[in-house]
Amino acid sequence: MSKAAEIDIASVSKIYGTTTAVHAISLKIPAGTYCCLLGPSGCGKTSTLRMIAGHESISSGDVRLGNTVVTDLPPARRGTAMMFQSYALFPHLDLIDNVAFSLKMKGVEKDARRAKALEMLKLMQLEAYATRRPAQLSGGQQQRVALARALITDPEALLLDEPLSALDPFLKIRMRAELKKLQTSLGITFVHVTHSQEEAMALADIIVIMNDGRIEQAAHPRVVFERPATAFVARFMGDHNVISGRVISHQGNRLKLSVPAGGDFLATDVGAAGLSDTADIAIRTDHVRIGAPSEEGLGFTGSVSNVEYRGSSVKLTVNGAGVEDFTAILSDTEFFANPVKVGEAIPLSWGPEDAIVLGRLTH
Amino acid sequence: MATMTSSETDKIESPKKAFRLSPAAISYLQATPLTVILGAFLLLPIAMIAVVSFWDYDFAQMYPDFLTMNYAETLGSWVTWKTYLNTLKFAVIVWAITVFIGFWVAYFLAFHIRTTAMQMVLFLVCTVPFLTSNIIRMISWIPVLGRNGIINSGLIHSGIISEPVEWLLYSDFAVVLAMVHLYTLFMVTPIFNTLMRIDKSLVEAARDAGASSVQILTNVIIPLAKPGIAIGTIFVVTLVMADFSTVQVMSGGQSASVALMMKNQMSLLQYPAAAANAVVLLVLVLLMVAGILRIVDIRKEL
Repeated sequence: MSKAAEIDIASVSKIYGTTTAVHAISLKIPAGTYCCLLGPSGCGKTSTLRMIAGHESISSGDVRLGNTVVTDLPPARRGTAMMFQSYALFPHLDLIDNVAFSLKMKGVEKDARRAKALEMLKLMQLEAYATRRPAQLSGGQQQRVALARALITDPEALLLDEPLSALDPFLKIRMRAELKKLQTSLGITFVHVTHSQEEAMALADIIVIMNDGRIEQAAHPRVVFERPATAFVARFMGDHNVISGRVISHQGNRLKLSVPAGGDFLATDVGAAGLSDTADIAIRTDHVRIGAPSEEGLGFTGSVSNVEYRGSSVKLTVNGAGVEDFTAILSDTEFFANPVKVGEAIPLSWGPEDAIVLGRLTH
Repeated sequence: MATMTSSETDKIESPKKAFRLSPAAISYLQATPLTVILGAFLLLPIAMIAVVSFWDYDFAQMYPDFLTMNYAETLGSWVTWKTYLNTLKFAVIVWAITVFIGFWVAYFLAFHIRTTAMQMVLFLVCTVPFLTSNIIRMISWIPVLGRNGIINSGLIHSGIISEPVEWLLYSDFAVVLAMVHLYTLFMVTPIFNTLMRIDKSLVEAARDAGASSVQILTNVIIPLAKPGIAIGTIFVVTLVMADFSTVQVMSGGQSASVALMMKNQMSLLQYPAAAANAVVLLVLVLLMVAGILRIVDIRKEL
């Protein structure tokens, strides 16, 4: 049943009255990939998903699924299926009728549709509960029913609106693995909206980070993690310190930055877009070491304002050289070999490749 | 204020410690007021009606007795059966019309009005007629429907008819019209209540599964509105079955209902006969309610 479709979003906007929820975004999701739309609430990720699904009209632009432009098609004729945040299972129907709902709407014979629904439930290991109502199931089971209901239409793309947000943390991780396994075995395109960085990193082939109705970066999780495109991405993913300042010199791929009332910092330019006379640089929190820098601009001396023990690692918060709340994550062995206390002044350093120049979106 | 804690309360409570009611006694005490009210104003009158229905009577007085004559007369008379059938006919017609109107009004309020504030405003507008009495609202139909009423004179002036339409007032049509006017809100309210509780994402999920608007209505919204429809049905059916004033005023005495029959018996001082009739009507209505509750599970709504 591998008939995945590529999703092509071409300068799609969503305007509600006078507010623009989505600003002419363009995105290509290759067939058969697991794509996560990630961002803070109100960033337009859910609107984008609902426009792909057809539950929200598209103000301008086009959405193409496979070879058909689906912009004006009703949800059921797009070849997509949506899984709703609260699952939206029909409370008055048992599991079989819930799963068979779309077949009933198509006018499939009762016996045929019930047989197909039971097959779907078997796939989800829910056949024992077939005659129960949704209210009698646990959250994880309800989610599997919602998946079965969405997949029975044999969609080319499955759209999931914060599917894991209603589950408790342990179940969340288990269902996450199940979703990934399902996507791999079905081979269809999944588009998954979430506000959890961890969830997106764990699941996605492509992470699309959105902010304020615009796409900040769309890339493989590893690229997003190692080369965040913008200051927003670096801050939102949370694994980088972002330092902003004035550009003093920019030679080749070496950029020197001066922080107001603070130190100077060196960074590597890996092709950042939209640079002007000010710039942001990102420094990996887990690559920061205690010790004097090998070269001026690759470290600073500051006072420790907080020490947080996290088991395998220790998180230090350091202020100094015009930089507030600079985070350094040290391994526990490294930290306890030479422990520091709150209030102590320590030198921090990092390698030249750990500091990268961030781009800016040009609107 | 916050410093007034343990020492103060200890001082107040300590001397009273001798007298304490057991928890069971407290529970009974709490249930007493309602028991007294229901007992005195509901159970006792019904018991009295049931007792009186077995008494004997003549033109002036009732005699305590145990006769089944009242029931035999009531159930043996074809007039009674005809009156019951007539009342049931009103109940069925009024129920059908109020369900239809009530559902669509509630549906419009719940699904087509976007803001909750507007929903509440429009819902209150529905209740405005209830600020005047039933009788006034009923009687105000007379100048509208009468021989020289607004409708007839309007139709004659515009030349559509030459003679006034007779069946507009003092007819079954007028009775049904007035009842629908009086009782539709009792259908709107419970249905609106159940429709408001339907998660809007269910409608989207149905649309996602390819359901047309009609299919969404028949497969999702109406099944989920059933408890509200059942509660509204109980209201309307019991109200219509017990109605005598609407039937009397709007039919001009040409139609009969069970309650009107009882009223007539009482004005002839035939209290035991009226009591027997009341017991029969009570049993019938309770059976109807039981039937409705068997079909639809309304416990979720209460």
